[in-house]
Amino acid sequence: MGMTITEKILRDHTDLKEIHPGMLINAKVDVALGNDITAPIAIEEFRKAGGDRVFDTSRVILVPDHFTPNKDIDSAMQCKVLRDFAREQDLKHCFEVGTVGIEHALLPEQGLVLPGDLVIGADSHTCTYGALGAFATGVGSTDLAAAMLTGEAWFKVPETMKVVLHGSLKRWVSGKDLILYIIGRIGVDGARYKAMEFTGEVVARLGMADRLTMANMVIEAGAKNGIFVPDEITKTYVQGRATRNWQLYDSDPDAVYGSTLEIDVSGIEPQIAFPHLPSNTRGVSEAGDIRIDQVVIGSCTNGRIEDLRIAAGILKGRKAAPYVRLIVIPATPQVYRMALREGLIEIFLDAGAAVSTPTCGPCLGGHMGVLAKGERAVSTTNRNFVGRMGHKESEVYLASPAVAAASAVLARIAGPDALEAS
Amino acid sequence: MKFRGNVWKFGDNIDTDAIIPARCLTTSDPEALACHCMEDIDSEFTNKIGRGDIIVAGENFGCGSSREHAPIAIKAAGIACVVAKSFARIFYRNAFNMGLPIFESADLWDRVSEGQQIEVDGDSGGVVIIGADTPPLVIEPIPPFMQGLLRDGGLMRHIALKRRT
Repeated sequence: MGMTITEKILRDHTDLKEIHPGMLINAKVDVALGNDITAPIAIEEFRKAGGDRVFDTSRVILVPDHFTPNKDIDSAMQCKVLRDFAREQDLKHCFEVGTVGIEHALLPEQGLVLPGDLVIGADSHTCTYGALGAFATGVGSTDLAAAMLTGEAWFKVPETMKVVLHGSLKRWVSGKDLILYIIGRIGVDGARYKAMEFTGEVVARLGMADRLTMANMVIEAGAKNGIFVPDEITKTYVQGRATRNWQLYDSDPDAVYGSTLEIDVSGIEPQIAFPHLPSNTRGVSEAGDIRIDQVVIGSCTNGRIEDLRIAAGILKGRKAAPYVRLIVIPATPQVYRMALREGLIEIFLDAGAAVSTPTCGPCLGGHMGVLAKGERAVSTTNRNFVGRMGHKESEVYLASPAVAAASAVLARIAGPDALEAS
Repeated sequence: MKFRGNVWKFGDNIDTDAIIPARCLTTSDPEALACHCMEDIDSEFTNKIGRGDIIVAGENFGCGSSREHAPIAIKAAGIACVVAKSFARIFYRNAFNMGLPIFESADLWDRVSEGQQIEVDGDSGGVVIIGADTPPLVIEPIPPFMQGLLRDGGLMRHIALKRRT
């Protein structure tokens, strides 16, 4: 019987000859990831279990990116736990302020996660790496502790939902709009426990940045992982970055899918997810007159150089409206440097933006752009739950970098077409 | 594994930011986290509940982030167990890994009111609403592997026991 790419990767990380959806398996992990929020608990659990040495010093990766540069004493203490552990264990990859980027932008960029890998991360957006043709999924701190100790993790093999995207994309429609549209169609638990495999002629033309954005947000539909079968775009991205060998997998023609979702994308316009669920989506032209106080462009979802180029293209020669706070956060130091060289940072500064060093900061209401009571933000991030970016009576509207940039100029939710017409 | 307590009801898609807001994640101390449990939905929640009370929720409880602080906060607040129509997957594995008992019941949410007392019997797989003359409602059986985790006291103890043998 044919197998999906997800099933093949999982099988090849066990001693089993065959696996099928629903089976509980113990699998070897290629990379185990933690951040400054989740790793402290994992490290404590690792020690409580009598952990002495991690299973592999180059495959346990710590990325203090959420509350860094440290926003207060408590967050500084948490980062110190990571730093001390990294030194003690001689970890090869523990990133310090100055080299740290947002984990899910940083690891692919640095060639630390690769096609065919099985990656777990104590961060729900670990599913991002499925864009490379890896099996990657978010877990909790105790799972991370177990993997640091044993190099293994337990999984229930997911059934796969095949998402086939036909047609051609309208101008300004990006991977962010596609994934918001899909979440809007199937709901925040529409893919619960499942693998989402993206395919079709639209996917074949999507660049890696868009694929990373889409895989990043499958958790917002409840999925276990999102995955793209690797192609030439994948190979081009990985070559020159990879720090070790990788393996390309595909899905068999007779692979068995739990369900198939066929979508013609031709009619889709840029999408907005209204408060307070990522599934609460509508087209930007149907947004109505919603005044905003803040715009955030960045995050593991949309903080890559391609995202900043789109935003800068719209902001060039324009300014954020009075009383709209525009915050731009390149996701990694390399993205920051590229943006600087390409003149994007100057465009952002001219537009009145605050440009920050890489951090998750505002996405989770941590720091660097927390909202007051009653305030509204348009954000390229991934969640708009109650209180996500600050006060419980604040609101987050999720959108693409193009919509975020246009909205900053117009002080209301609007797409680039509305900006050009204004 | 039996739990008897008062019911606190929540709806569908209760996310981890609602269970424990990210602004509180500068600590992993259970007592500190417990003080903020559910505060953005109900600022009085931790003052109202009693030790051993039970959360009954709708679909997709615990969606959102991977933060294990969520089940930690619920457990440390004194909640004995959570019965939901369904759970988000990371929350589900976190709960078993760290030892918060959780159960799936398709029917309980629609039958029970907040403040009623229920008895959840994890062994027989039933929930009884105290004082109601309805027969016990079915809860989904816990897969044997998860039962093993609960029996051993969580994933790390389970692994430690396995490594010893």
